[in-house]
Amino acid sequence: MHPIVKTVLQRLGLGVVTLFFVSLIIFSAIQFLPGDFGEAVLGQSATPETVAAFRRELGLNKPAYVRYFDWIGGVVQGDFGTSFSGRDSSGVDRSRPVVELIAPRLGNTLFLAGMTAIIAVPLALFLGITTALYRNSIYDRVVNAVTLTTIATPEFFVAYILILFLSSLYPVFPSLANIDPGMSLGDKIIKTTLPALTLTLVIVAHMMRQTRAAIINLLASPYIEMARLKGISARRIILHHALPNAWAPIATVIAINLAYLVVGVVVVEVVFVYPGVGQLMVDAVRTRDIPVVQAAALIFAATYILLNLTADIIGIVTNPKLLHPR
Amino acid sequence: MSDPEQTYSATAEVGQIRRRRSRLERAWIELKKAPPSAIFGLVVIAIYAFFAIFAHWVAPYGQADSSFGAYLPWGGAHLLGTDQIGRDIYSRLIFGAQNTIGIALVTTIISFALGGGLGLIAAIMRGWTDLILARMVDVLMAIPGLIFALMLLSIFGSSTWGLIIIIAVLDSTRVFRLARAVSMNVVVMEYVEAARLRGEKLGWVMRREILPNILPPMVAEFGLRFSFVFLTIAALSFLGVGIQPPTADWGSMVRENATLIQFAKYDLKGAITPLLPAGAIALLTVAVNFVVDWFLHKTSGLKE
Repeated sequence: MHPIVKTVLQRLGLGVVTLFFVSLIIFSAIQFLPGDFGEAVLGQSATPETVAAFRRELGLNKPAYVRYFDWIGGVVQGDFGTSFSGRDSSGVDRSRPVVELIAPRLGNTLFLAGMTAIIAVPLALFLGITTALYRNSIYDRVVNAVTLTTIATPEFFVAYILILFLSSLYPVFPSLANIDPGMSLGDKIIKTTLPALTLTLVIVAHMMRQTRAAIINLLASPYIEMARLKGISARRIILHHALPNAWAPIATVIAINLAYLVVGVVVVEVVFVYPGVGQLMVDAVRTRDIPVVQAAALIFAATYILLNLTADIIGIVTNPKLLHPR
Repeated sequence: MSDPEQTYSATAEVGQIRRRRSRLERAWIELKKAPPSAIFGLVVIAIYAFFAIFAHWVAPYGQADSSFGAYLPWGGAHLLGTDQIGRDIYSRLIFGAQNTIGIALVTTIISFALGGGLGLIAAIMRGWTDLILARMVDVLMAIPGLIFALMLLSIFGSSTWGLIIIIAVLDSTRVFRLARAVSMNVVVMEYVEAARLRGEKLGWVMRREILPNILPPMVAEFGLRFSFVFLTIAALSFLGVGIQPPTADWGSMVRENATLIQFAKYDLKGAITPLLPAGAIALLTVAVNFVVDWFLHKTSGLKE
C-alpha cells in the first residue's frame, strides 16, 4: 500500500476512536446528575408515578452500556431523544424531540459559519501574502498591530464595538440578527452581516499571521534565494515560487481556524440573538435541559474533530516527503 | 579639601571582594532594559492588582448595593452611573477586578498544579503511565473547551468552585502537554539519572532536578494560560452560566448593561458603560501578553 494511503487511514481510524470516546464522555454526562433530578425536571408536585414513568423513558432501569448503545444508535439515525423542557408534574407531556429543536438552528449556524468563511478566508490569504510581500513596511506593522489586538480581545467586546458604531451611532446594519426561514436571502445576509463580521475579525487575525509566517519562513530557503538572484520580481517569487510550497501549512491553518469558529459562534450568537445551535445550547445549559446540551455538544465536538482531522490529512497529503518516498 | 573616603580609587574597587547582586537588584537592572511594551504591560498589571487587592477600601459602594436609582447617568455621586437595578458601576468594576482576576488566578494555579504535576510524572515514569495519561488528554482536548465547560456546567450547576474546578481540569490538559514535552528533554540528562541511581524519591526528582530546569517556559505558559482562562471565565459569565449574581464580574456586567448600546445616539457615555468591563478584560489580556513576550524573549536568549 502506498505510504500516504496508510498514514491517512491510520489518522481516519484514530479520528473514529476519538469520536467514540468523546461520545462516551458526552453520554456519561447524564450519569453524574443527582438521583432526584426527575423531580427537578418535572416540578415539586410531581407524583411518584410520573417520576417513575420519566425514569423509565430515560431507561434508567437498564444498565449503562445498553443505554449507551440505545443512545448512540438513535444518534446515528438522527434521533437525539426528547427535550426535558415542556414536561409537567401532572404527566402532560408537551416536550419536543431534540431533533425538531436543533435541525432548523443547525442550518442557521452553518449559514453564519459559511458566510464568515467566505469573507474571512480570502481576506486572510490576501492580507497574509501582502504583508509577507511588503514586510516591515508601515502597512505590515499596522495590519500586525490590529490583528494582535483582535486576538487578545474577547469576541463580545468586538461584537459590541461593531454594534456601537455600525448599528447604534450610524445605523448601517441591524444589531438583532433574528432571521427566520421565511426571509429572502438578501434580508438574511443583511441581518447576518454584523455577526459574520465579528467572527471574521476574530479568525482573520490568526489565519493572516500564520499565512505570513509560513511564507516568510519559505523566503529564507535556498531556492528562493536562487530565484531572487536570477532577478525575478518579488511578486512573482511569492506567487509562483513560495506560495505553492506554503499551501500545506496555510490549508492546515484555515481548517484549524474554521474549527475555532465552532467555539466563537456560541458567544456571537448570544450577542446578536441569532437563532443558532450555540444560543440553543446556552439556553439549555441554563435550564439544565441535558438531552439538548448533549446533542449540541456532540454536534460541536464532531465538527471540531472532523475539521482538525481534515487539517491533519491535508498536511499529510501535501507533504512531499511522503508523496515521493524513496 | 579632599576627603579620602570620597575619592575614587580603581585599585580599591578591584581589590574589593566581588559582591553578588541581590535578586531585587538584578530584577531592577533587567527592568530598566525592558521594551516600552513590557513596561506598559507591567504598569497595567500593577494597577489591576492594586484595585483587585484593595477593592474593599477603594470602591465607594458595595458590589451588591442596589439602593440607588436605576440607569443613573455618569457623574455626581456615581462616577460611571448605575446599572439596571441601581448598583454603582464604578464600584462593581473594582469588585469585578477582584472577583474575575481572583477566580482566574486560582483556576490557573490549580490547573498548573494538576497538569504540571501529571506532566512531570508522565515524563519521568514513561511507559504505561505516560501512554494512558497522554491518550486521556488527547480525548479531552478533542472537545472544544468552551463547549465542554458548558456541558459540565449544565450537569454540576454554576457554583463558583464548580466553575473553578471545571475550567482548571479542562485547562490542565494544555499544561500537561507542555510540561511533559519540556521535561522529556530534561529527564534524559545524566544528573537526573544520577539522582535516581542514588535512590531519590519521585517527588524529590520532580522538585529538585527537573522543575528548576523547565521553569522559564512554564512561567511564560502561566501568563498565557492565565489570560486564556480569564477570557473563558469572562465568556461563560457573559453567557450567564459562569460567576453568578450578585457577585460583580466583568463578563456578566457587559451582558447586564448591553441594552444601553442601543441608545448611543442619545447618551454616548451611557452606551460606553457596557464596553468598560469588556475593555478592562481586553486591556489585561494585552498587558499579560506583552509581559510574556518580553519574558520569553529574555529567557530564550533570542537576539533580534
